[in-house]
Order: sequence, then C-alpha cells, then structure tokens
Amino acid sequence: MKHVISVMVENEFGVLSRIASLFSGRGFNIESLTVAETEDKSISSMTIVTHGDENIIEQITKQLNKLINVIKVVELTESVQMAREMVLLKFAVNSGPKRLELLRLIEVYQGRVLELGVRSLIVELTGERAKIEAALDVLAPFAIKDMSRTGMVALARDSQKN
Amino acid sequence: MKEISGAQILLEVLQEQGVEVVFGYPGGAVINFYDHLPDYSCRHFLVRHEQAAVHAADGYARATGKTGVALVTSGPGATNTVTGLATASMDSIPLVVFTGQVPTPLIGNDAFQEADIVGITRPCTKHNFLVKRIEDLERIVNEAFHIAGSGRPGPVLVDLPKDILAGKCPKRKAVKASLKGYNPNYAGHPGQIQRAMEVILKAKKPVFYVGGGVVLADAAARLTELARALQIPVTTTLMGLGAFPEDDQLSLGMLGMHGTYRANMAVTESDVLVACGARFDDRVTGRVDTFAADAKIIHVDIDPTSISKNVDVDIPIVGDVGDVLDKMLELLKTSETETKAYAGGHDEWLAEVARWRDQHKLSYQQDDVIKPQFVVEKIGELTRDKNPIVSTEVGQNQMWAAQFFTFTQPRSWLTSGGLGTMGYGLPAAMGAQVAFPERLVIDIAGDGSIQMNSQELATVVQYNLPVKVIILNNGYLGMVRQWQELFFDKHYSSTTMNHAPDFVKLAEAYGALGLRAQRPDEVEPVLKQAFTHPGPVVVDIVVAAEENVYPMVPAGEAISNMLLV
Repeated sequence: MKHVISVMVENEFGVLSRIASLFSGRGFNIESLTVAETEDKSISSMTIVTHGDENIIEQITKQLNKLINVIKVVELTESVQMAREMVLLKFAVNSGPKRLELLRLIEVYQGRVLELGVRSLIVELTGERAKIEAALDVLAPFAIKDMSRTGMVALARDSQKN
Repeated sequence: MKEISGAQILLEVLQEQGVEVVFGYPGGAVINFYDHLPDYSCRHFLVRHEQAAVHAADGYARATGKTGVALVTSGPGATNTVTGLATASMDSIPLVVFTGQVPTPLIGNDAFQEADIVGITRPCTKHNFLVKRIEDLERIVNEAFHIAGSGRPGPVLVDLPKDILAGKCPKRKAVKASLKGYNPNYAGHPGQIQRAMEVILKAKKPVFYVGGGVVLADAAARLTELARALQIPVTTTLMGLGAFPEDDQLSLGMLGMHGTYRANMAVTESDVLVACGARFDDRVTGRVDTFAADAKIIHVDIDPTSISKNVDVDIPIVGDVGDVLDKMLELLKTSETETKAYAGGHDEWLAEVARWRDQHKLSYQQDDVIKPQFVVEKIGELTRDKNPIVSTEVGQNQMWAAQFFTFTQPRSWLTSGGLGTMGYGLPAAMGAQVAFPERLVIDIAGDGSIQMNSQELATVVQYNLPVKVIILNNGYLGMVRQWQELFFDKHYSSTTMNHAPDFVKLAEAYGALGLRAQRPDEVEPVLKQAFTHPGPVVVDIVVAAEENVYPMVPAGEAISNMLLV
C-alpha cells in the first residue's frame, strides 16, 4: 500500500543522501521524494511517497527518526493529508482545430498555458495524483513532446487535529 | 585573544572529554595533530594498520565502558577504518574515529589521498561529520562524543580537512552539543513496565533472553538480582556473555545457532520470553516463526527500531535496560510476598530445565590429539581467580570460547558478534590491555583469523602489552570447513590453510615469546608459562583438525532442531 511520509530535517549537506541511503540500504522503496527549505531556513521539509505493509512502514518511520538530522517524522494517511503534484507539458501543435481542442481540454483540467508558440505550447497542471494521471491519459493523443513531473508534496490538514 | 590551531582545539576538546588514549596512525593530512600531540596528556598508541586502531579503540571501549578513540590520515588511512567502524556499529560500541581529509578547497578534486569517507561510512556509523569551518570544530567534536556514548551507542566518524587542523582561530569556550533531532529516551514507560511485571508474575515457563545491551548499560548486576529474586532461567546471546554469571544454577548458557541444548529448548518451550537489550538476530532466532512461538514476548530496548523488527513483540518497552530493571525491582519490593510465592511457584519448569541440562551437556572426547574445547576449558580453569579479559577472532575459535569458557563478569568478553570480523581479536585485546595493564588479557584465535591482523604483534611488543594469543591451530578455516563437511559433501574448497607461518618463529621475529603445544599433556604447562610470562606471548596449539562446533542449528531451521554431535 502507498504511504506518504512527511519528514522535517536539518538543512545540512548530506542529509538527502543519508535518507536515500537509508532507503536503499534497507531495501525500502521510494516512489517519489520532494525536498525544499521551510520558512525556517535551518529546516527542510521532505515528502516521501513509499509503499509497503504496516511493518515496513513502521520500520521506515522508526529508522528515519533514528537519523540524527531528522527532527520530525509524520505519516500522512490519506484522510489527513492534502497532497498535490505538478506536471509541465510541452506539446507540438500548430494553430488550428487541434490546438483549440487541446486548449479546451487543458481548461477542463484547470491547467495554465505558460508559453504559447507558433508550433508549440507549454502547459502547467497541478492537482492530486489521480487528476494528473487522468489528464495525462486524455492528453496522450496530442503528441506530448516533453514532460517534467514533480513528486508529491503534502501537508496534514488542520481540521483533522480536533 | 590568543589564537590556536584546529589541531590544538581538537586536542583540548579531547582532554575535556576525558580521553586518555588514542590509537592512531599518522599521515600527511593529520601531521598538524601529531605535531601538537606531545604537548597534551593523552597517550597515543601507534598501530601497524588503521583497521587495528579502530578495533583497539573498540576493545578499549568494551572493556572500560568509555568511548574509544582512533585517529588516522586521509584516503587509505580512512578507508582502512571501514571494517572497524562496521564492527563497532553492528555491536553498538561507542567510538569516535577521526580521519584526516584533503584541504577543503581540494575536496572533490580527486586530490592525492582523497576519499569521500563521510559518504563511504554513512551506513556503518551512527553518525558522521565533515568539518568545513574551524568555528564548528569544537561543537562537532562534542556532538560526536555525545552521539557515540548516549542512547544506543555506536561509532561516530569526524572527517578533518588538513586546513581545518592547520588553521587558526580564537578558541570558543564550552560550545556544547546542540542536536535538535537527537534525544534518546532512557526512562521506560511505567505503565508498560507494570504490564510486563504482571505478565512475568503469571508465567509458568519464563525465560530471560539477555543481549549485549545489558552489558553496555552496565545493568548486569540488576539483571542478576531480578532473575535470582524471581528464579527465572537466563540465556545470553554471544554479545550478552558475562551479563549473568554462568556458574549460577539459573544460567542456560548461550542460545542460538551454537547455543546449548537447554537454552534452545527452554526458549522454544517458554510461555513468557523477556528480551533485554537483545535484537532477535537471525543467528539467535533461527527460523523466526518457530522462535518462542507460544511465548508472550516482552522486549526492553533503547532503540525503537529493534522492537518488532524481526519478531512481533507483545509488550515493547523503549528505554535504558538499567532503568527498566530498576523499576521492575522496585515493583518487586512493593509486593514482596507475591514475589516470594512466585519464585517458589514454578519448580516444575526449573526441574524441566535441569533435565535438559543433564541431557545434552556441551561435551567433547579428549583423546591423544588436543581438542580445542579442552584448551578453552584449561584456559578457564587456570585463570579462574585472575578475572581475565578474553577476546576472540571469528569462527570455530570464537564459538568454542563462547561455549567452554565460564563467563561470570560483564565487560570481560570482547568478540565481534554482529559483523563477525576475523582479525578483531588481537587488536581488541591490545586495546583492553592498554586500559587494564595489570589484568590478564587473552586472545583466543584461529590460525586463519590471526593472520588477518598479526602485524599488531609489533605494536604489543613496542608498548610491552602482555597480551596472550592462544592459537587453536587446526590448519583449516574451520567454521567454513565445518559447513562444507556438513552441507557441501566435504568439498573443502579453499579452506585448507596449508601455508600458515610457523607461529612460534613469527612471535620471535616480532620480539614476543613463542610457545607450542602438540600433545594434550603439553597444554597445561605451556599455558601456565604463557600466563606467567611478563610480556606478550603467542601460543601455537596444534588441535584436532576436523573437530566441529556442536550443537549446531542449520541456518534457517528452528533452534530446537539441533545437530548434537
């Protein structure tokens, strides 16, 4: 089963490598990992998407906690998390009916056009993974020239704390 | 303000940390350290290989309970520490290892004697540091000692670029460790401890399963008190030997792959298993689903990752095992009558354990060839009143030492349990001898293992460390040969050691005393001579070539399924 783990770490060189080598050394999977500074520059926030049974996830969170540079580990279950992914897509489309159809579909998925060229189009899509996957399915016939996709970023919802 | 160099800051902080001994090997990157070393009080022991520096610091740490310290140069000096670090990491031994590094502007440049030792040792240290600014040096050294010695102990590496050691800065006083993400939990949860005691006091067939954590936490006396008060039999792991006196009626000896019949049977049949500072290693559990299958398992460990890692635990208690045992003893005092009733209430179980003890004792047949078990027993017999420290190499020598030496004291047994490092015994014995110059320190070795670090004979002779190396010489890599005999149709591929040196001459070449025993009646006089000789000795004992270690649980089988002879 898929699990999302949010990890607060000290913003120091080598921390990402410690986490990556923990996963590889113990045979845990990383489906995606995103990392960036938080509002406190000495702390970075990571969102790790992984999968495994309950015992494995328990080991992963314990092992992460054991790392000296890890400050906090929270497993975000689906009911308490707010999660987003982003994808940038480049299409090779000339002006014409095909382009109009593409723009309409992009609108349906609340995408944004970042660059509109004579022969190409760069689009940004943001949303839950399911939405991104659905959009990619629908957009596949439109000759996607290039694509860059982030992993998941996630936060715990506040309302669930009560 | 007066400026001092990084090397001086390091030496001052070492002094403040109470470091009395450093095992090391100089080189270009750490020459500034060695330049200032004679001005400070800490004693330095020049080893002959950096691996031995780390094992010596490890032996020193195991014997004393203090953090061991080693210092080596960059590149090959640093990479040679890896096996020592991994050994200490697997056995949770507190070490701080300093490595030289090329100057910071050259890092990443493939400079001469450069190695990314922080990257290389990340998985085999508890933590490691690269010092990039001299201002951070003092804090990092203090943090390294704090991390190494607290919580579940372990080795910490500090990488020191040459320009940091050579650079100058005003020394900032008392920069303490500040670690946001590190706060080990020592106090066991009182509710969990209460629950555990209730389960223990209802047990019909209880067993204590005791690991190296009890030794590391200096909790052996408390464990002994609790086990005796409740009359609960105790088995120890390889790492736990000495945590409970083996001459006590309640002692089951060691469990696991080469454990005693009674220990493996008692654990298998137990209804409550109390694991203290042990980690359910595969060499202990054998086939996991048959390990104490009917028992409620209580697991006391300071490291939460150890709990429910291999075996599901019914009552986990995270904390220092000494603290938990204190609280358990406290609970017993408040219910003294209940305790007494309990202690006398499971005689049937104790009788069953006693029957197992008599059924398949550890044994061997001594004929006209020297049996290795006989040698270990003799060593025990001749040193009983001397409180010796025993180290081992790895393989059959280690298992016979574990089985046939009667351990009664903690911190008197130095062996590479987790990693199984051949070549560990001599440098570890050397480290322990530095800590206790007056005690008898014995390395029980094999003819294979001793060759992995025999260069340290030069070190023990140089510093007159009177270590006694007893080689059980069977001309084989015996443990692998045993597996080949039992599971590979006696296909002794590459396990015959037919070009070993003459160990007596080897000892003499280094300036140590060399002795040899070839017949059973020579063993005792030769050992006596070795133990009374004031300097280092190598004793080459020619033992039965194809003797096996029994009992033996084939890998992956239930521990009740033992090959007995």
